[in-house]
Amino acid sequence: MEQQCRDLINTLAACMVAGGTDPNLANLLSALLGVVLVATLPLVTVILLIWVERKFAARIQDRLGPNRVGPFGLLQSVADALKMLTKEDITPAGADRFIFNLAPIIAFAVVVLIWAVIPFTPLHVGSDLSVGILYFVGVGSIGAVKVMVAGWSSNNKYALLGAFRTIAQLVSYEVPMILALLIPVMMAGSMSMQDITRAQGGMWYIFASPLAFLIFFISNLAETGRAPFDLIEAESELVAGYNIEYSGFKFGMFMAGEFMHVFTVAVLTAVLFLGGWWGPGVEQIPALGFVYLGLKTMAVYFAMLLIRNTVPRFRIDQVMNFNWKFMVPLSIVVVLVQAFLMRITTSLGLAPNEAGDFVSNLPQTIVLLLGNLAIIAVVLNMIRNRGRQQRLADEAAAAHSDLAHPAGAPAGD
Amino acid sequence: MITINAQSIAFILFSLFILGGGLGVVTTRNLIHGALYLILSLFGVAGFFVLLSAPFLAAVQVLVYIGAIAILIIFAVMLTRSMTSLTEAFNRQWWLAGLVGGLLFIFLAAGIILPVWGASSAYAGQPVSDVVATTTDLGIALVDGNQYVLPFEVASLLLTAAMIGAIVIARDDE
Repeated sequence: MEQQCRDLINTLAACMVAGGTDPNLANLLSALLGVVLVATLPLVTVILLIWVERKFAARIQDRLGPNRVGPFGLLQSVADALKMLTKEDITPAGADRFIFNLAPIIAFAVVVLIWAVIPFTPLHVGSDLSVGILYFVGVGSIGAVKVMVAGWSSNNKYALLGAFRTIAQLVSYEVPMILALLIPVMMAGSMSMQDITRAQGGMWYIFASPLAFLIFFISNLAETGRAPFDLIEAESELVAGYNIEYSGFKFGMFMAGEFMHVFTVAVLTAVLFLGGWWGPGVEQIPALGFVYLGLKTMAVYFAMLLIRNTVPRFRIDQVMNFNWKFMVPLSIVVVLVQAFLMRITTSLGLAPNEAGDFVSNLPQTIVLLLGNLAIIAVVLNMIRNRGRQQRLADEAAAAHSDLAHPAGAPAGD
Repeated sequence: MITINAQSIAFILFSLFILGGGLGVVTTRNLIHGALYLILSLFGVAGFFVLLSAPFLAAVQVLVYIGAIAILIIFAVMLTRSMTSLTEAFNRQWWLAGLVGGLLFIFLAAGIILPVWGASSAYAGQPVSDVVATTTDLGIALVDGNQYVLPFEVASLLLTAAMIGAIVIARDDE
């Protein structure tokens, strides 16, 4: 009873003991309930999100989208889930049965596990780990296992090829993602998600480091396999990628896991760069934080949907070149510059003496923002020069081929 | 003496993960299965770190050993598909490995359980170290001039050199 309500998993027991339950049993039950509560939230949300996503895609493509089942087609996802449950469950001949069945479970569990460390409000978080960021990265890295296992155990060459390609993409884009994650950690001085959110009381980190936000956002697009990085399911090349042999509910688990992953990284982006649950009046009514977090998450999520539905797919070599020749060097430069500037502002006394105060955050944020803008200017200039050189080379080549083939003849390229 | 609470249940569970996984690694004929058993075993070690109140090491254990090393092993095995279903052992040295492993186990068990090398009662009830290390302490220790900054920098240099070496070896001759 002297326990305070600090987080969902640890302190429900206090109330149950007051009601006369055996303390040990109460602790166990409350921990289980907390886990169920935290894990159910993304599962329930994703059902609605699939509808949102399909409607959004339909509007962009000048269609109506789901509109038959329930009001506005809201129950379409439920109908789809039921349909998947009733489909025949096929295991291909020569598949490694146990592992084949294990892969969808891993795929699903990995995403749900991330939710354990996401702070919903100042008071409500599954478990406020002191290494929350590292936990997210660690759990996320298990995601590669599911792809590998699914691709290999299917005994299908397209699945295996798809798995190789997916792994290459996932492992590569983890590098800039982790480097971008360093920036909120450096600025908050903590790896706990709750501390990072709290430290953004005066200023969101997206203003102090828009580049880190962009790198994190883009690498997460790649990590979740969304367009323009959806080579994971490049239909014309791989049929469907690593999960080609899965049918029925097992395929459904892969699909729901993917939708949930997109939503999860949107929440993480909101927590790490958009101030998480911060908003007006949140200190008086902590539950409001949940609403603010939801709004910020939706903003990020809609940006992802917009990109998904409007940008064409990269080729695999472009994906790899973009990562290793652009994102990785850029993220290293951003981390170095940001650390350097933070050191300078601290020794000049410009560092905020109170994280929650807007004004005291201003000097450091302005310096960091200028540093980011300088990097952006340099990078854009480099890209422009590169593009101009390419164009000049192309024009020279075209002029050359014009000489070789006089007007009227089909120009070679 | 031994009370059964949530922690001891977790301890038993993680021990089963580690031992069962380890046993699976050496007995299975399928290399992919072996790699997955290895992941199970390493996951159990991460669980032990959590039980020992070292969440940082637990997260790093998952990240490095499962996320990187195990994936690398699976990748290597998958690229050599004919290796994945071996039916015969390449050599007959399994008894040697078993002997070394058994002896190591006996030594460790004896060293921990029996006070053979010095009386353990002198340390009874005392913590091994009175430093309660947090992640922050760990971070400071790595950059503090009086602590581990030199090994840290040397290790970083070594890794950078290894990385450059790998790139040089892998790139095509021009």
